Amino acid sequence: MSLSIKDHEIDIVIGALRSDLTSFMSEWRPIFSRFHLIIVKDPDLKEELKIPEGFNLDVYKKPDIDCVVGTSTSTIFSGYSCRYFGYLVSRKKYIISVDDDCYPAKDNKGILVDAVAQHITNLTTPATPFFFNTLYDPFTEGADFVRGYPFSLRSGVQCALSCGLWLNLAHYDAPTQALKPEERNSRYVDAVLTVPARSLMPISGINIAFNQEVIGPALLPSLRLGGEGKFRWETMEDIWSGMCVKVACDHLGLGVKTGMPYVWRNDRGDAIASLRKEWEGVKLMEEVVPFFQSVRLPREATTTEDCVAEVANVVKEQLGSKDPIFARAAKAMVDWVMLWKSVGSSTSSPGA
Amino acid sequence: MATVSPTPLLKDELDIVIPTIRNLDFLEMWRPFFQPYHLIIVQDGDPTKTIKVPEGFDYELYNRNDINRILGPKASCISFKDSACRCFGYMVSKKKYIYTIDDDCFVAKDPSGKDINALEQHIQNLLSPSTPFFFNTLYDPYRSGADFVRGYPFSLREGVPTAVSHGLWLNIPDYDAPTQLVKPLERNTRYVDAIMTIPKGTLFPMCGMNLAFNRELVGPAMYFGLMGDGQPIGRYDDMWAGWCTKVICDHLGWGVKTGLPYIWHSKASNPFVNLKKEYKGIYWQEELIPFFQSVALPKDCTTVQKCYIEISKQVKAKLGKVDDYFNKLADAMVTWIEAWDELNPSGDISAKIPNGASK
Repeated sequence: MSLSIKDHEIDIVIGALRSDLTSFMSEWRPIFSRFHLIIVKDPDLKEELKIPEGFNLDVYKKPDIDCVVGTSTSTIFSGYSCRYFGYLVSRKKYIISVDDDCYPAKDNKGILVDAVAQHITNLTTPATPFFFNTLYDPFTEGADFVRGYPFSLRSGVQCALSCGLWLNLAHYDAPTQALKPEERNSRYVDAVLTVPARSLMPISGINIAFNQEVIGPALLPSLRLGGEGKFRWETMEDIWSGMCVKVACDHLGLGVKTGMPYVWRNDRGDAIASLRKEWEGVKLMEEVVPFFQSVRLPREATTTEDCVAEVANVVKEQLGSKDPIFARAAKAMVDWVMLWKSVGSSTSSPGA
Repeated sequence: MATVSPTPLLKDELDIVIPTIRNLDFLEMWRPFFQPYHLIIVQDGDPTKTIKVPEGFDYELYNRNDINRILGPKASCISFKDSACRCFGYMVSKKKYIYTIDDDCFVAKDPSGKDINALEQHIQNLLSPSTPFFFNTLYDPYRSGADFVRGYPFSLREGVPTAVSHGLWLNIPDYDAPTQLVKPLERNTRYVDAIMTIPKGTLFPMCGMNLAFNRELVGPAMYFGLMGDGQPIGRYDDMWAGWCTKVICDHLGWGVKTGLPYIWHSKASNPFVNLKKEYKGIYWQEELIPFFQSVALPKDCTTVQKCYIEISKQVKAKLGKVDDYFNKLADAMVTWIEAWDELNPSGDISAKIPNGASK
């Protein structure tokens, strides 16, 4: 961990979709116990949360959410989207979020991966989105820029988002996992790299960290599938949010990294059962990807809120008529920006 | 579930091109992997010197006299006293695929201690599709044990043909001279177990030390420029070819992969010598990168040769004013294409410009 980052600059936000967090918290204790945690209980979850002692945390449940945003708005935080409430109320510079069915992983040498430390390293070293470095992250120990990398691009840009990966249950969609029910990800790739500017990717919410001060408002709950459920296979919210974030980062000259850290993702759910629900999401991606690839934000959009508002506009104009889900998503994005301005961190810095 | 089929040898479809000025002793270590293949050895430097090729390899060898004899006046486009001369080997090859490797590159070991068959991995990379239009966070989705992640559109999962497979190096990394001077002891010990497609619209520094490509697709774009004797610059041959090739691949809808396989790079060249060769390139590349990033190829450039000639025109128009070298280089690019077409008359490889997701 960088010595210049203080523990108090970090919040760990956990969306609790399961009530018993005992083993989750116990496994993460060696890594999480230094930090402040925000646990947000899925408003639809009926059982009481079971959380072990010894953590510095704040827990938010439905009544708390209702109190902050009002009962009609609190519905946007149901299911996996409950974590966004945590982002909204956090006042820290860096936020790290993992799903509650993920555990610390071990690297190729059998050493426990400190996912928090790796995410913070990713966020506090520059990203290099304008030219691909074939030795991956040039700022990591034992690596550097390769021959042919322009010197003017070697200082890099600020990294706004760090996307981690998953061992064991990879983040496949339901059709893929249903076709390969035994497949587990056992390949530990010892790399972090910057996703090039203007390249889009499916950003997973399972293991993610970001600089809230520069990109906070762009991580948002907006696209909600009709049959959205309580397994990742039955949602699209993180993929949609990730597209918005990447477009905003590309426009504002911020970087997005992918790769380490890994978390260990437990087996959960039945891909075949989820197939029915995810089909809607799979179809939508065929529209969503070309759409985001074509979005060009105006020069006047100089803050993250501006970018989100602009994307919402374009979503409404170009996708709204194709499926009401997009019209709803656009409205949700606009509402989110207003909510962020009234409840969220008051500083919104313009992009680098 | 599909079983993993063994990688085809492609021994009659692939040539290994090796530039050399000294000797080919390194081939002994590669024998188990290279012996089935035909080698094209391009001897740089003094043509009167005899290069000893280890017994048992099937090869053809060309020295400067051969290059002059075969190309006549067009030989001026082939560099002298620089490993850039290797591209002559691409031109005279009759095979579909090329693997090129430097004579100070040896067999590396993977983390389990097993020898890496770099050629086999390159073949796998070239025979499986690329995915340049959308980044897969689990890297190469066609590898065993991996796949496309959630959110990856199904319409993009067939991928596109792979034109280039760019391998990496353990031990001595491919650093430029300034970095070598600052970090003379740094060694690359990190084995990154990944292959990935470099996204469309993104440029990269292509290193020629451990490189394979589909010659039928992109051969004409793999011109390694004017370097070495009589030229103001060196160590930018592969860079130049890489930028031209990537722009053309992006235009024609083909993929470029980077990552595995690793080779073991044993020799660190003298950083002071390198600095002399590179220094113009270091400040020229500040102009070159924006140039390549903004090259727009018209729709009627449907073959690699047409794309390449178009780039040469833009080089002359926009880079000629940076230095007169680029006027000569632009002319040499045209000469290269003429020579290529003369030696490979069977015709252009056309590509339909794909209707894929556009930028």
